Amino acid sequence: MTPDFAVWVYLSRTPLLWLTVTLLAYVVADRIAQATNRHPLANPVLIAIALTATVLETTGTPYATYFDGAQFVHFLLGPATVALAIPLYEYRATVLRSLAPMAAALIVGSVVALGSALLLGQAFGIPREVIISLAPKSVTTGVAMGIAQTLGGDPTLAAVIVMLTGMTGGILVTPLMNVLRIRDMRARGFAAGLAAHGVGTARAFQVNEVAGAFAGIALGLNAFLTAILAPIALTFLR
Amino acid sequence: MILCLTLILFAQLCGEALAHATGLPVPGPLIGMALLLLFLILRDRAPRLGPRLLALPLIDGRLEGTGKGLLANLSLMFVPAGAGIVGRLDVLAAQGVALGAIVLISTVATLAATAVTFVAVSYALAKPKAHP
Repeated sequence: MTPDFAVWVYLSRTPLLWLTVTLLAYVVADRIAQATNRHPLANPVLIAIALTATVLETTGTPYATYFDGAQFVHFLLGPATVALAIPLYEYRATVLRSLAPMAAALIVGSVVALGSALLLGQAFGIPREVIISLAPKSVTTGVAMGIAQTLGGDPTLAAVIVMLTGMTGGILVTPLMNVLRIRDMRARGFAAGLAAHGVGTARAFQVNEVAGAFAGIALGLNAFLTAILAPIALTFLR
Repeated sequence: MILCLTLILFAQLCGEALAHATGLPVPGPLIGMALLLLFLILRDRAPRLGPRLLALPLIDGRLEGTGKGLLANLSLMFVPAGAGIVGRLDVLAAQGVALGAIVLISTVATLAATAVTFVAVSYALAKPKAHP
């Protein structure tokens, strides 16, 4: 064994290496996003994932080994979700004035998210089990996997679709809202959080704090409503 | 900062415990978010009691700073899970292009429907006040 290789073998097994790689990929991705003036297509999550996946692929590192290091970053998702209470409280006056639009947008958005997935799934002739995994695609990963599992879908497939939905929403929300000429940051944020869960919320916080606060509310409410609506919606599925 | 993080983690811990105990279809961190919100409301309801009962970092804005620091880097936290998804794209490929098309169309429809409803209701409610 050459000395270089021995060092690599040692380092590749410690959490330190993969934690550093994750942070480095994010720093580079964030720089790229900044350089493009936070252009929606230069989504830092997408770039950082692509960079990390490329490193894992070229070094032949199993995901379990990578996750030993990256789990420290992954863990922070929980505390960050709790911290959503802080902008929500800070903008409580704006939030309380927006209860009616929020309630209406929540119901319409949740029904469209579920309904469009089911109708399109049937139209494209997708197998029933896959449609079930597709139904909770707009809610946060943990809830979506739970819904898919309870209703007889595939939790892994559900997680992949949830992530894909998050990316799609995070990238498209800004250009789409510009086309629709919606400038209200409350509406833009709420839509991002409802349709694209945490990834959409992360995008909203990059744009505007009010948008972020509303995205956080939408994320929480839609997780709750989808868990209730998904089993009902699936009874219409033949 | 450690104290602020401790409070946030404690809220999450209580949230997880409540989620498991009640079997609610809501993840623990979201219940933790509601608990932290409750804490902030109660803290400011009793401005005189606060400094006596609570440590300074929880009152002077450091808690807010810690939370916002976490949220500013929310994007980073999706990288580990996202990198795992790349290895599982095979389950997606098995369904062909249709699945990708459905995700795209459905997400655009959801974004548009949500934002348009929000703006429409907000406008409809604001209108009567503008013309009394």
